[in-house]
Amino acid sequence: MVRHRGVYRANGSILVGGVMSLRSPLGRVLGLGTAKDGTSHWWGQRVSGIALAVLGLWFAWSLATLSGFSYPEAVAFISQPVNALLLLLLSITMAWHSYLGVQVVIEDYVHGHGLKIASLLLSRYAHFVLAAAAIFAILKLGIGA
Amino acid sequence: MAEFRLPKNSRIKKGKHFAAANGSSNTRTYAVYRYDPDSGENPRVDTFEIDMDNCGPMVLDALIKIKNEIDPTLTFRRSCREGICGSCAMNIDGGNTLACTRANDEVKGDVKIYPLPHMPVVKDLVTDLTNFYAQYASIKPWLQARTPPPPDQERLQSKEDQELINEPAACILCACCSTSCPSYWWNSDRYLGPAALLAAYRWLVDSRDEATGERLDELEDPFRLYRCHTIMNCTQTCPKGLNPAQAIAETKKMLAERKY
Repeated sequence: MVRHRGVYRANGSILVGGVMSLRSPLGRVLGLGTAKDGTSHWWGQRVSGIALAVLGLWFAWSLATLSGFSYPEAVAFISQPVNALLLLLLSITMAWHSYLGVQVVIEDYVHGHGLKIASLLLSRYAHFVLAAAAIFAILKLGIGA
Repeated sequence: MAEFRLPKNSRIKKGKHFAAANGSSNTRTYAVYRYDPDSGENPRVDTFEIDMDNCGPMVLDALIKIKNEIDPTLTFRRSCREGICGSCAMNIDGGNTLACTRANDEVKGDVKIYPLPHMPVVKDLVTDLTNFYAQYASIKPWLQARTPPPPDQERLQSKEDQELINEPAACILCACCSTSCPSYWWNSDRYLGPAALLAAYRWLVDSRDEATGERLDELEDPFRLYRCHTIMNCTQTCPKGLNPAQAIAETKKMLAERKY
């Protein structure tokens, strides 16, 4: 009903799924109107992007200066409150930024309405699970089992 | 899902070859997309050898020569032949441009000519721009003001005000930009595309227009405006040297400015 991906015909009508519509081209473009939304998403991508640039630099620097990658050394690193806090921020920001990005990819390429909603839901849940798992792991190691 | 392959009846087959007339030494090959909906056949690419000693300097001259002297069924739009009507927009040598302002010399090797990408083809190089024009109409491309015009003169603009709309108002709606945009290819039913957004911007920055807020309301949408991912094919391909990508970025900044 809403989407008009279809075959345009010479008389200006359009075939959508084999059904002919004589709705005017302007009517099709105006569609359901504007969602009056998108600016927060755009802004969120930039805010999280800037934060990730800073946190990413810190993380890269931390890995480079880490004395080793054994389990006790990693635990020692995460036990430092500042490290744990920055790791938490990095994980949350990364999940947020990734969610915003994947959402755009889905909206760009997935056109079936049901499949699109399902993909968006799956992506949202998956990102929450990833973020929660990261937070849990950092807290467990940082505060101690 | 987005379609990454042409439908079966749109796949291009090898077409006819038209050799140059005897005696011409300075020839060049033009590979031209052909499609005739009445034939029921798939599109094909015909190749024409052209005698460049008897051909004008522009790609449009070569197309007109083909139509006049070799194959009168070749179909394309053209009118002003000086880059102001926007009719002869097509894909030449892999980029969207106007056939009348692209010189033959600028293209290396065979000259490949296709219709504007990802648009329904009416015939040969003629595409259906119905949706594109409806999108232009949807942004209300006319002056909207509550202040009545002065009774004895036109609405005045300062020189600085006028300079803001100089460039965006120079758009000729040839559709080269919108049809070069991958985001427009995938979502042209909901994304307005660079041409309509540049036109919208032209009115957003018009000092005489008083509907800026309403215009921004109409644009603030994840699909209408924010499908632009700053790919910038639009700016690269514009045959008039305009910058739709910047106009879209400025529009996004205006929306952020009124929100934050």
